[in-house]
Amino acid sequence: MSFVETKTEKMDGWNRPPVIVPDGEGELLEVAMGPHHPSTHGVFRMDLALDGERVVRLKPVFGYLHRNHEKIAEQASYLASMPYTDRLDYICSLTNNWAYALAVEKLVAQAVPERAEYIRIILGELTRIQNHASSIGFLIQEMGASGTPLMYAFREREKILDLFESLTGSRMMCNYMRFGGCRVDVSTAWLEAARKVIAGLPQFVDEFETLLSSNEILMARCQGVGILRSELAVNAGVTGPLLRASGVDYDIRKVDRYGIYDRFKFRVPLGDHGDVYDRYMVRILEMRESIRILEQALKDIPAGPVMDAKAKIRGFRPKPGEAYGRIEAPKGELGFYLISDGGPNPYRYRVRPPSLINLTVLEDMCLGSNVADVVLIFGSVDIVLGEVDR
Amino acid sequence: MEKIKAAIEAAVPGAGVEFVPNPGPAAEHSLRLAPTSAVAVATFLRDDAELAFDFLSNVSGVDWPDKEITEKVKVVRQVTKTVDGPEGKVDQQVEEYAEETRKRVEPGCLEAVYHLYSVAKKHGPLVLRMKTVNRSDQVELPSLTPVWRSAEFQEREVFDLYGIVFTGHPDLRRILMWDGFKDHPMRKDYVEPDDYEYEPTPHDHVLARTQEHEDRLQVSGVMDQEPAAE
Repeated sequence: MSFVETKTEKMDGWNRPPVIVPDGEGELLEVAMGPHHPSTHGVFRMDLALDGERVVRLKPVFGYLHRNHEKIAEQASYLASMPYTDRLDYICSLTNNWAYALAVEKLVAQAVPERAEYIRIILGELTRIQNHASSIGFLIQEMGASGTPLMYAFREREKILDLFESLTGSRMMCNYMRFGGCRVDVSTAWLEAARKVIAGLPQFVDEFETLLSSNEILMARCQGVGILRSELAVNAGVTGPLLRASGVDYDIRKVDRYGIYDRFKFRVPLGDHGDVYDRYMVRILEMRESIRILEQALKDIPAGPVMDAKAKIRGFRPKPGEAYGRIEAPKGELGFYLISDGGPNPYRYRVRPPSLINLTVLEDMCLGSNVADVVLIFGSVDIVLGEVDR
Repeated sequence: MEKIKAAIEAAVPGAGVEFVPNPGPAAEHSLRLAPTSAVAVATFLRDDAELAFDFLSNVSGVDWPDKEITEKVKVVRQVTKTVDGPEGKVDQQVEEYAEETRKRVEPGCLEAVYHLYSVAKKHGPLVLRMKTVNRSDQVELPSLTPVWRSAEFQEREVFDLYGIVFTGHPDLRRILMWDGFKDHPMRKDYVEPDDYEYEPTPHDHVLARTQEHEDRLQVSGVMDQEPAAE
């Protein structure tokens, strides 16, 4: 088998995966990994071609969970799509709500009260922490550490989901945000409970890091595996922790400063090598930064209404026009593109799913490695099939 | 926006870029590219040091079906009237003004919308659009996947759900629907099938819906046409 060469920028076809020519000894083995493989996080298939142990071709196959979310949303009113956005990335329903609310608010130039912005940030960052914790847990699980790290992560996630449940009535399908604010106000008791949970989080991250970060097996399995170069990452539209692990400083919270993120002090952790270990590390550091944001938000949260008084709820018909709203969801850039023709339901409703677009470079990252590493690289991308297939 | 348009026109002669205003409060205006020069313009936007739109965020398809516009038009008609003349009754041509409703069909198109950002300069978005000639047989647009890799899966999705054929795409296949599927489900005139299951004895409500569906298809004449080309 020939060596996997990397093409430098400005070469013709530099952003395509390299074609590997087998040396002709033996036969290629074709493996269909999925859609019921335990490592694929749902129903997803990879068609692999193996030359011995090495992967020489990888084609992802989608659509097992496709229900045409966009078409359904075009036939429903604007607000009626809000609970359905929960089902996109069902681990982080609150950030999906936020992205959709932000796009509609942009479409109709709707203001959001300050208290609601604070609540959104608190919930968004809690979502980020529980997503990163469980995604690292799954990653370690796929490495073979059955259960223990995942259960540590789930213990913490449970506390955060309890907070969501007591505020929104649901653990995962929250359906909480509205155009121009939030559905219900948070109580003082809830804020107190949130403070208590957040006070325990740094200890959890410390414990996680003590167990994992310098673990010899983890380092041996992750370092230098699944390298993604920064130019290719930008060109392929990769976003989120995957992009930042490749060393590209691009966080939409800092770039767009949507909501009131400009009031908070936090840093954007960056990776150096773009391998699986850097992605793991970026997620750990992002959890720490999220805790910092949460502490500041809980200190400064003002009193006031949570819904804008001028927000229109009945007979909601935006003027003709279009808007693209995006946020930094835990998995990357989640955007909603809406076109209104003046009617009660959107003329065009498009979701820009970070999970699907991050998978564009899966083949490039996996070529030349063996199947056990494919599982690991795929886990480090962090996808949810509800969002990939929509 | 005007500046970007001027820069494109200076760099790519005969680019044919058209400004499309957005009437909504978001005011994200867009540029419509001519399909012939789109790849050259896209390469310029990516590689120009000043603009540096190196990050293609979102590709979406939009369907604009044929629109039937009814309008009232004043017409002049020649009418023969019987008039009393000096030599008895005579037929005479008289001009009469009348109002007539006319229907005209505005041809529809399929549109691909691209949202660009710059990671290097941290600005954006720049919205680009391209539209096809019609919705049936001239649905080719140049693919921007060679310029931005992130369009690879998204253009496949637009092809799958809308039926825009992207020429120059390295791997244009269906992505979400299965390979043997015929229609394009995100189009506005898509009629969903009556039953996805092949049961030996379909239930009454399925049969009733099929009958209703077939009547409708015969009226619109869709049944006579060949299914859309893959």
